[in-house]
Amino acid sequence: MKPLKSILAAAAIALAVSTVAPVDATAARTDVVIGMVLEPPHLDPTASAAAAIKEVGYANIFEGITRIGPDGQVQPGLAESWEISDDGKTYTFKLHTGVKFHDGTPFSADDVKFSIDRAMAEDSVNPQKQLYSAIDTVEVVDPATVKITLKHPQGAFLWNMGWGEAAIVSPATADNNKEHPVGTGPFKFESWAKGSSIKLVKNPDYWGEPVALERAEFRIIPDAAAAIPALLSGDVHAFSNMPAGDALPQVQADPRFKVVIGSTEGETVLSTNNKKEPFDKLEVRQAIAHALNRDEIIAGATAGLGVPIGSHFAPHHPAYVDLTGTYPYDPEKSKELLAAAGLPDGFSATLKLPPPPYARQGGEIIASQLRQVGIDLQIIPLEWADWLEQVFKGKDYDLSIVSHVEPNDIEIYSRPDYYFQYQNPEFNAVMEELETTIDEAKRNELYGKAQRILAEDAAVGFLFQMPKVGVWDAKLEGMWENWPLSVADLTKVHWTD
Amino acid sequence: MIAFLAKRIGIGAITLIVASMVVFGVLEILPGDPALLMLGMNATPEALASMREQMGLNEPVLVRYLGWIAGLLAGDFGRSFTYSSPVIDLIVERVVVSLPLALIALALSTAIAIPVGIFSAARRGRAGDTVSMGIAQLGVAVPNFWFALLLVYVFAVWLRLLPSGGFPGWNAGIWPGLKALILPAVALALPQAAILARVTRSAMLEVLGEDYIRTARAKGMPRRYVLWRHALRNAMIPVLTIMGLQFSFLLAGTIIIENVFYLPGLGRLVFQAITQRDLIVVEGVVILLVASIVLVNLVVDILYAVVDPRLRTRS
Repeated sequence: MKPLKSILAAAAIALAVSTVAPVDATAARTDVVIGMVLEPPHLDPTASAAAAIKEVGYANIFEGITRIGPDGQVQPGLAESWEISDDGKTYTFKLHTGVKFHDGTPFSADDVKFSIDRAMAEDSVNPQKQLYSAIDTVEVVDPATVKITLKHPQGAFLWNMGWGEAAIVSPATADNNKEHPVGTGPFKFESWAKGSSIKLVKNPDYWGEPVALERAEFRIIPDAAAAIPALLSGDVHAFSNMPAGDALPQVQADPRFKVVIGSTEGETVLSTNNKKEPFDKLEVRQAIAHALNRDEIIAGATAGLGVPIGSHFAPHHPAYVDLTGTYPYDPEKSKELLAAAGLPDGFSATLKLPPPPYARQGGEIIASQLRQVGIDLQIIPLEWADWLEQVFKGKDYDLSIVSHVEPNDIEIYSRPDYYFQYQNPEFNAVMEELETTIDEAKRNELYGKAQRILAEDAAVGFLFQMPKVGVWDAKLEGMWENWPLSVADLTKVHWTD
Repeated sequence: MIAFLAKRIGIGAITLIVASMVVFGVLEILPGDPALLMLGMNATPEALASMREQMGLNEPVLVRYLGWIAGLLAGDFGRSFTYSSPVIDLIVERVVVSLPLALIALALSTAIAIPVGIFSAARRGRAGDTVSMGIAQLGVAVPNFWFALLLVYVFAVWLRLLPSGGFPGWNAGIWPGLKALILPAVALALPQAAILARVTRSAMLEVLGEDYIRTARAKGMPRRYVLWRHALRNAMIPVLTIMGLQFSFLLAGTIIIENVFYLPGLGRLVFQAITQRDLIVVEGVVILLVASIVLVNLVVDILYAVVDPRLRTRS
């Protein structure tokens, strides 16, 4: 046993000695470690819908001709300004000069044309191909000017060009962007230890305003239970959206950290199969709406942080109309409506739930609320792959719960093949008019009309807007409060000391 | 000995072939479209069709199976659907974490369990035995992820001695890499050590009751010598069996610990690949794991022959 003892002693001493590290407390730090829950499958935003890809690359590695800011407003990106023709169909973009890709090659209007053509091509795998649906031609006028002509005026065009999937890429490196992303942004990709972390470094040749950070690391921590110790031990400095759960009050009480609750574009709804009996009857859908107690659901599924919604629109948006009072919580009214629909004893149905906790916990609460009015729900938990196959593709479901995180996605209710199977010609007419309206005030009016139609029709059960639980070191500034896009824009992030 | 080995290798090869068919078959039956998972709900049907074509999902099952086997024999495990990098690269990246972790955990577990087991057997029925077996009982009952979280809170959050998780890569240095593996190895080793200690104790007890032990003591051999030189060797067969099983588990069954410490290991790779329907990665990793388990079993069989000379001449 003697040699064992001395080995242990030596190990203990070595351990203690190695953890003594000199700390330079004079200058403010220039490196940051951001925690992420989901790992991106790869780093090319034009080839997959995974939000994690944009969380790493948006505004950091890749840029588009326009850019979405922290308040959801469209800002100039690689295009410093633009002119719109009187008929609203031609956009002439004036691009910044002196811009270089991370591999040193110069950026010009040719790259804009290349990126757009590539996304629109027959064999393109761009997951948001419909962003480009209104584009007719792209013309390179000179290296710093590009003219895009649309088939019809499109109000959302500038906004669409600011999405992560509309990033400008270089023909020389586009095919390798999955493993070695090359963009024009203020950060360059350094390395990716799969399953572990993604490292970025400052781009010294950036064309725009220099960023404060020299290095940034995105560390992948999938387990909610592991996220808390990672933060508390100082291994990770920030989470854009932390899966804190029950531990949130503990972090809120700790003066070393800031907890900033913001809003996202995630409308969480009780998806309803409008073509399946008895959900095809308006009275049944109204009855369900009256049976839902949003406050209870929010308390259970989002620890009280969600914001109730009455239609498919984000409360932080200027065009939002508060329709939560359309069908207020009233179980008696619910039973009356069911009786009027010919179902006085209620009915049974299935509730197919995807994996996230908001769905599983919310589902149990909703099942008990609907049971009060005689609707018996059988909860069927599914993995994402099965959910996509059965519910989304096969439309083989009664009810489900999902958060729809694409920004401004109210138009999904007009898609003929969408899994809600909701078809309302009046609503579709509003969507068509919206597509071609550019005037801001008129657009907001139309959005309001669309929201009212969906609320009154009880197309689905509108539950709540997902909260963004931002947690970061108290000395860190510049992180986004809200999530108009699910990104981790580090351009304004800096340490105060 | 040669015949013994040849027979074992033959059985191993058949196991591998059958396993490959089962893995491939099961993944075919699983519902879920990998293209839809990759491109998301907003993708157009053309983009989905294009992706399926790129992934080669439209060819018949038998063609794909044979193509895969041919690739395996040539050392090409295919390309991952989600990561787009060669599967073999992904596996190597993870093996350099999982293999050292498994070895350290096994070494720790053995170093603790065997002495404790012998100690308990030698002091059977007395205070030492009861106490150590009581602790072992606790070790078996305690869930390893809870124990892991406890270790993280004590050593990473409170004492700040070790990282709370993650793996910096061996490029960052041997010591930083080992530091990241200490807590996970301990979390894995202690419950395994508890099981192994109990097995060692009962194997030792059986052996200690044998006549030749009494003969050796009667001959005047010191107690310690008898315990370590005679008794342990004869008790090793069940102990080796358990160690072999534990190593296989430590290589691939540690997904929970890998999650708690967010380690880029094989367990998490396979788990993620299954949820994302990255069929090629799942097939590659599973077949590799089957191969390593076959290998471990072969090694254990050889060790049996080393420990027990009687087994060497038998076939």
